[in-house]
Amino acid sequence: MEWLQQLVNGISLGSIYALIALGYTMVYGIIKLINFAHGDVFMLGAFIGFYAIARWDMGFFPALIISMVVCAILGVIIERVAYKRLRNATRIAALITAIGVSLLIEYTVIFFRGASPEAYPGVLPNKSISILGANISTQSIFILGVTVVLMILLQFIVHKTKIGKAMRAVSHDADAARLMGINVDNTISATFAIGSALAGAAGVIFGVYYTKIDPLMGVLPGLKAFVAAVLGGIGSIPGAMVGGLVLGVVETVVSALGYSLWRDAAAFVILILILILKPSGIFGKNAREKV
Amino acid sequence: MKKSKSFWGYCLLALVIYAVVQLLISMQLLDLYYQNMLITMCINIMLAVSLHIVIGITGQFSIGHAGFLAVGAYLSAVATMKLGLPFPIAILIGAVVAALAGLLVGIPTLRLKGDYLAIATLGFAEIIRIVFLNVDYVGGAAGMVVNHMSTWTYAFIGVVITILVISNFTNSRHGRGCIAIREDEIAADAMGINTTYYKVIAFAIGSFFAGLAGAIYAHNFYIIQPTTFGFLKSFDILIYVVLGGLGSLSGSVLAAILLTVVSTYLANFPETRMIIYSLVLILVMLYRPTGLMGTKEITDLFKIGKKGGSKA
Repeated sequence: MEWLQQLVNGISLGSIYALIALGYTMVYGIIKLINFAHGDVFMLGAFIGFYAIARWDMGFFPALIISMVVCAILGVIIERVAYKRLRNATRIAALITAIGVSLLIEYTVIFFRGASPEAYPGVLPNKSISILGANISTQSIFILGVTVVLMILLQFIVHKTKIGKAMRAVSHDADAARLMGINVDNTISATFAIGSALAGAAGVIFGVYYTKIDPLMGVLPGLKAFVAAVLGGIGSIPGAMVGGLVLGVVETVVSALGYSLWRDAAAFVILILILILKPSGIFGKNAREKV
Repeated sequence: MKKSKSFWGYCLLALVIYAVVQLLISMQLLDLYYQNMLITMCINIMLAVSLHIVIGITGQFSIGHAGFLAVGAYLSAVATMKLGLPFPIAILIGAVVAALAGLLVGIPTLRLKGDYLAIATLGFAEIIRIVFLNVDYVGGAAGMVVNHMSTWTYAFIGVVITILVISNFTNSRHGRGCIAIREDEIAADAMGINTTYYKVIAFAIGSFFAGLAGAIYAHNFYIIQPTTFGFLKSFDILIYVVLGGLGSLSGSVLAAILLTVVSTYLANFPETRMIIYSLVLILVMLYRPTGLMGTKEITDLFKIGKKGGSKA
């Protein structure tokens, strides 16, 4: 039952990608910006969780919540300071700024605490239980549970609350939404807050699951989460979840087949194939470009 | 007539710069530290100018330039170290293979626009890097040992050729086609410009010179490793182009020179260097999104000065 074990590993990894991808896809859906700094918010979330657990002796859930709150605030600050002025700028200017913010966060963290990795303390019970002959750790089941709850919560916010309605309206047409009396700036801030909180949660979960964090850990998962968002169809929330899971499973399968050094390449090969074959992604709508 | 005059003027200027530096080297006024800085500067200028033709002139946002640098570096290193070919031929091989890689990457991806193109080029650069990481023939993760062969002369000739070709391309009919694509791709297409053709050509030329820079880079250090050619290298090159001005060749050259000097002096404080780089990137984009020089060339600045003078 090797494959079942790999599948669970893949889904655990995939759910982390999915949590990060949700933030990407929501921000891209609303202001058409690839927020490169999102992967670094994920890294900051992991570090906040680490300090909460290792230095202040908190449990998993308080650490998760603190990390989500701090990341939400950071996300809003990043948006207000760096991206707000660029709403009407060219796409290239916005993208370069996002890269700049990403580098700034990474190297500020390195500046203050060095680039050395940190070992995450184990806070969750880690026993392996056998289901259908496969050894599955309680940790990965736990992680899966947390991500599912967060995703349900997000679905609830987006579809049942007033702010969710505003978010959907702004992503559809910001100008029309403004005319209808929606405060577009606040809605964008809320989107950044929710997306960053999810990234923060993903950071803590990543730390607990992989037990090693470092200031540059956000770069690759961040890019892969973007790949997941593109794969699912950027702007689509279920798409980001499915994309993340698919990517996680593919990566695990590639390493299980003995090509573990190639697993980072797999994500980018998927990206390029999807961009060439179906740029709108699995769940994306085909939008004609207007002249 | 006037144009050819200024062309020879620039050639003379290049000769003078070369002669002065060569004189300083032969008089042993420049020690190895400064010679190395000069070679690094030349490599960075080549990289900046080769990305300038893709981003600044054609307006295609590629952030995977380090991939082509890696191709040039590795292929030329294979040519000299494994096949025993002479260095000039190795440089040529590195550049040509990089150009082919540029074609290979460019033809499928240049259908994409803006953000998607950026992320796709980044993905391709990562794939290239991972390929070199996994090929044992070139040393895998440990890297490949390369003899030191790059000299100031090679580096300087490389810079001169890069700038000559790219500035002549920019001023030609093809270059104007590329600029039209930068300004408005749909309108350029409607005016009968073969947008795909020009985008691919500009991309291939950019890759060619990135490969050239890679060949000189590889033979300047004693070892090349896949980790050197990651995102950070691509971003470094991007910063030269952005800071100098999207669309200004002399701007990218000046930015490359300036930032090489800055980063050489900050070599012992890499974090500080990256913080400064990123702040520069953010501030320039927030307050002067066209970069320091905009689309102006340094010669334009003098022309404005002359006009002002005649008026007064």
